[in-house]
This record gives sequence, structure tokens and C-alpha cells, in this order.
Amino acid sequence: MVLQALAFYLFAAVTIASGAMVVVSRNPVYSVLFLILAFFNAAGLFVLIGAEFVAMILVIVYVGAVAVLFLFVVMMLDINLAKIREGFREFLPVGTAIAIVLIVEMLWAVGVIGTRSPTVEAFNKAGPHVATIDNTRAIGQLLYTQYFYLFQVAGAVLLVAMIGAIVLTLRSRPGVRRQKVGEQLYRSKADAISVVKVPSRGGV
Amino acid sequence: MYDVVLDFLQHHWLGQGIVILLQCLAVTVPLLVAVAYMTYVDRKVWGSIQLRRGPNVVGPFGLLQPFADGLKLMLKETIVPSSANGILFLIAPIITFLTALIAWAVVPFSDGWVIANINVGILYLFAISSLGVYGVIIAGWASNSKYAFLGALRSAAQMVSYEVSIGFVLITVLLCVGSLNLNQVVLAQAGGFWHWYFLPLLPMFVIYFVSALAETNRTPFDLPMSEAELVQGFQTEYSSMPFALFFLGEYANMILLSALGSVLFLGGWMAPLPFLPSHAGWGVLWFALKIAFLLFVFSWTKGTLPRYRYDQLMRLGWKVFLPVSLFWVVLTAAVLQFGGWVPKG
Amino acid sequence: MASLDRVARSFLLTEIVSGFLLTLKYMFKPKVTVNYPYEKGPLGPRFRGEHALRRYPNGEERCIACKLCEAICPAQAITIEAEPRDDGSRRTTRYDIDMTKCIYCGFCQEACPVDAIVEGPNFEFSTETREELMYNKDKLLANGDRWEGEIAGNLHADAAYR
Repeated sequence: MVLQALAFYLFAAVTIASGAMVVVSRNPVYSVLFLILAFFNAAGLFVLIGAEFVAMILVIVYVGAVAVLFLFVVMMLDINLAKIREGFREFLPVGTAIAIVLIVEMLWAVGVIGTRSPTVEAFNKAGPHVATIDNTRAIGQLLYTQYFYLFQVAGAVLLVAMIGAIVLTLRSRPGVRRQKVGEQLYRSKADAISVVKVPSRGGV
Repeated sequence: MYDVVLDFLQHHWLGQGIVILLQCLAVTVPLLVAVAYMTYVDRKVWGSIQLRRGPNVVGPFGLLQPFADGLKLMLKETIVPSSANGILFLIAPIITFLTALIAWAVVPFSDGWVIANINVGILYLFAISSLGVYGVIIAGWASNSKYAFLGALRSAAQMVSYEVSIGFVLITVLLCVGSLNLNQVVLAQAGGFWHWYFLPLLPMFVIYFVSALAETNRTPFDLPMSEAELVQGFQTEYSSMPFALFFLGEYANMILLSALGSVLFLGGWMAPLPFLPSHAGWGVLWFALKIAFLLFVFSWTKGTLPRYRYDQLMRLGWKVFLPVSLFWVVLTAAVLQFGGWVPKG
Repeated sequence: MASLDRVARSFLLTEIVSGFLLTLKYMFKPKVTVNYPYEKGPLGPRFRGEHALRRYPNGEERCIACKLCEAICPAQAITIEAEPRDDGSRRTTRYDIDMTKCIYCGFCQEACPVDAIVEGPNFEFSTETREELMYNKDKLLANGDRWEGEIAGNLHADAAYR
């Protein structure tokens, strides 16, 4: 138990510290790297409460794919650090206000302040017992039964977003000559070469 | 006396720690030796494909060559370019090396012979193998060199693209097994090689193998380090031990993906014929043989295929593998559902 | 039908598989490379390797310090100083070749009227320091003594074509 408590405080402390470093660090590449560290420690926290599926998905999706793309973009940007820092003072109150609202919402949702939100109550009642069933199966059983429509809607939203991104960025430019790999591969000798008997002084 | 020691090892926290440490050593040391000899096998195989001899001077048949190379790398000077980001520059190879090693914690070497038999073993492996890209991308950025940076960008895009199809391959196998535990995956393929998943899921096995080539930056997908255009890609600025760590990490990753491939498709530690023993040490033997076979195919591929062009690589990943693997996931699910073969868990 | 055949071929990866089989076949063919430090390829009598200064059979050095080799050397690798000896014959006091400059063109041995400077069959004379490649007269004469048998044989074999 002591070990788990120690691990919890370690993960939690590193998560918060690296979260702060994301905002504070001067170099955006460092910010992204600290963000990755924060994701990692969050995954560690999930493991500690026995939600290993969520932890692994967090690492695969956020660390393995999303953060790579962040890093990819940030590395290629030519960022003027001084310019970014300019607005820091102005936006500080707004940012703090948003952060406070978020924290209050979260506290309210888990029931620390005010009354518990009905969704959390419902979840606690409907959820299968995590003690008797491994949590991958538990998530599956909830996701594909009780929250099936919400799951489908989430999928549809993502699909729309994907199509939207493609539609916005796809430009059809005239006059572009594309390589048609299939056609190239299926060219036979007969299509490409013809042996011609050239008569003397006659030309082809 | 014996009872006391056993009790100490099983119940005292220090004893348990010692046992875990020994387990890690028992996995890591053979792994590093395997990595060393993988470089040797690689060079021998390419040599014989090109009608050359390969390393044959240091020791009998050149068998001590890997150690000579390792010693050479250790004795060299570690050069950190003056314009490089020193800390990240040195962290990058450590990340590559560590991620290649910690993934082995969940690989079952024989029935129950696994350091951490966790429920989400496959996801853990997938997560760790997707971290390998950070070593590469940080190395490329921290080197502050154009070649290294281009290599890192190529590598990042390539690894993210091919992870998608590996993910679908894993899902297909999971559908057939009904568990995320690697030991369960092996047990589901019990009894003779005709029960292994490479037969019913042959296209997925091929896709897995090709994606593994892309994940480990091996030919024909070694664009991140293509010598002819990018010198050595993200490794351009590295020398000595940092380079050695990259090298070890890369080969350890190759062995890891071969191990995962043999767990998923070649029955892990199962004997190829049902009457052969596959318990304890025998299991390790079969597993090692399967890994060795896949690694041989890795080297064989390098000796056979030329390098892809980058747009061809992306086309293959997104326009061929993604639709094919997606289709196969749906097909497998449908066959399992309507054939009444859904695994009960 | 043809299109079906094509689709089947591309999905079964026939071309890649045939490539793999070809390399597999080559893996078991005999090696064509020479196992170098233990086996060596044949060298022609005109092979131009490490330089040597030869002697007459009585032990007298052949070089008469005519400096034709120094003059013709395109890389200006040869440096010669000469004085008359006590017996009145003209001999070199210094005969240096900078092997790091030498391009192994063989003009020196062509120019030599007495077959004194020759390029012998030895090509394994790498050194650990650069200084060791600045050959002086003693080194060249020692080379000549060491390789005389091979050099004389090569000159004899090639004499008919000169």
C-alpha cells in the first residue's frame, strides 16, 4: 500500500509539474515533450486505479500518434519566441478564469462540491463490477450496450470532421500529371516496344 | 536453509525485488547477445546473397566480430556537435534503447514464463513500440543538422502511418483470441502448426511483417537513414556509445517485432507438431527458432528489395494496407460472428 | 480474364516472391570473392606497387643520380641530391620519395636508364603514421633487397614487350 501511495504521489507530482512546464517553457518543442511526459504520468495514474486499458489507449493514441504530430508540426515551425510571449500578460486573467471554471466543473462532476451530477450516479449504478471482470471487458459491455448510440454519434462526428478536413484542404489543380502505378506495372512488352523493319533509306 | 532462502525470495519485499531484477537480467542479457549476433547474421546473409563472404576474420567464422565492433564503438569519443541541444541529443538514444528493452516485460517465453503477465499485454507492446519514434524524432531535432532533421521527419511520418495498419492487424488477432493477454494468444493457437493464425490470417501476417519492416526502418523502408540521400538520417551526428545505443535499440526493436509476430501468428512457444514437447525450456527453444526465422526474413528482405520512394511508401501505407486491413477486420468479425466461432471469455 | 490474372498476381505478390526465391538461390552459390588476407589475386609483371631501388649483383647500387625520374615525376614526389664519390662515380646522397604524393604512374621506372628505381609487386605497405610514408634512400634500398627476386622476375617476363 505504501508503495502504491508513493507511486501515486510521484505520478501526480510529475503530471502537475510537467503540465506547468508545458505552459511555462520558452521553447515550444520542450512544451510538447513535457506534454508527453504529462500524458505518460497520467497513464501511470490510470494504471494505479486499475484502469489499465484506458492507460494503454492513452499512451497509444495520445503519446504514440497525436503528440508525434504535435512535435512534427512544432519542430517545423519557425517560431519567434518573443512574439508569442507578448500577449502573456493580457491573456493571463482570461486563461486563469477558464482554468478555474474547468476545475469547478470537474469537482462538481465527481461530486466534491454541490450535488452529484445525475450522469455520474447513473454510471456508478449501471457499471459492471470492476472487481470481478477485467476492465477491457467492462468498457466493452458498457460502450456497446448502454452508450451504444452515443458511441455511434461520436464516431459520426469524427467521420464528419475527417471529411471536412479533406474537403477543406483538397484542391483539384488542373494540369497535374500523376503517376499511375497500376498502369505502369501492367504495361507489357507488347504495349511498350514494337520491332519495326526499317527499309534502307526509307525511314520509319 | 533452503526453505529460509525460498521464503525470503517469495515474501520479503527485498527478496521479491531481487527475483524481479534477476528475471530482467535473464531477459536482457540474452537479448543483447542476440542483438550482437543479429548484426553478424545480417552481414553474413547479405554477404552470401551478394556472393561475398561477410565477416570471417575475427574469431572462428568471424563469430567475435560483433564484440570487436562493440569494443570499437565504446572506445571512440562521444562527439556532441556544438550547435546541438546537448541534453536531448543524449536522451534520444537512451529513449530508443529503453523502449526496445522494456517492451520485453510482457513477452511470454514459455508457458507462464513472463516477467509481467498483464491483461493488456498486446496493448502494452503496441504502446511501447509506438514510443520508439520519439528517440528518432528527438535525435533529429536535437542534432541541429539538416540531414538528421529530414531523417527524423521521414521516420516520424512513416512510423505513424504504418502503426495504423499494425493496429488493425492486432485487432484481427484479438477478435480471434478474445483476450488481450499474450499468454492467452499463444494458448489459443495450441496444437500443431495448422492451428497457428498465420494460415487463416495470411494476408494480415504479410501486412504485419511489411509494417514491421517500416516500423523498424529496415529496407525497403529505410528512407529515414537512406545513405545515398541523407547520409545516415537521424544518426548522422552520432558517434560512439550514443550511436551504439541507437544501433542496439534498432536491432532489439526488430527482434521484438519478430517476437510479437511469432506470438500473434506463429504460435509463440507452441511446438510445430502436437506430439513434440512445448513446456518450459522447450517452449523457449521453439519461440527462439520462430524469432530466428522471422529475423532471417528481415535480413533476406534487405538483401533482396531496393528502397521505396517516399510517396510510394505513403501510398502503400494509406492506400493499400489501410483499406485491406480494415476490410479484413470486418471480414474476420463477420466470419467469427456468423460462423459461430466467437471466442468465449 | 487477363485482368483477373493481373489482380491475382498482384495480390499474391508473385514478383516479390520470385525475387526472394532468386536471392535465396544465390545464397547457396559459391562465393566469388577472394578471401583476401589469406588468398591473393594474381598480379601482372607490370604491376606498379611500392617503390624500390635496385643494386647490381655485386652489391653496388644502380642509381647514377641522373635525376630523370625526379624530372618526369608528375606529382613531384621524388627529391634527389648527388655528389661524386671518392672513386669518381656519381651517386646519390639523398633519394626521397613522398609516398603520399606518389600517384603510381610508373613514369620513374620508365625514365630510369639503369633500371634502378622500379615499382615492385608489393601493395601492402600501409602505415600507422604519415611520417612513415616519407621514404628515404635506406628504405628504398632495403625494399630493393627484399623484393629483388620478384622484381627481377617481373622485369625479365616483361622485357620481351618493351
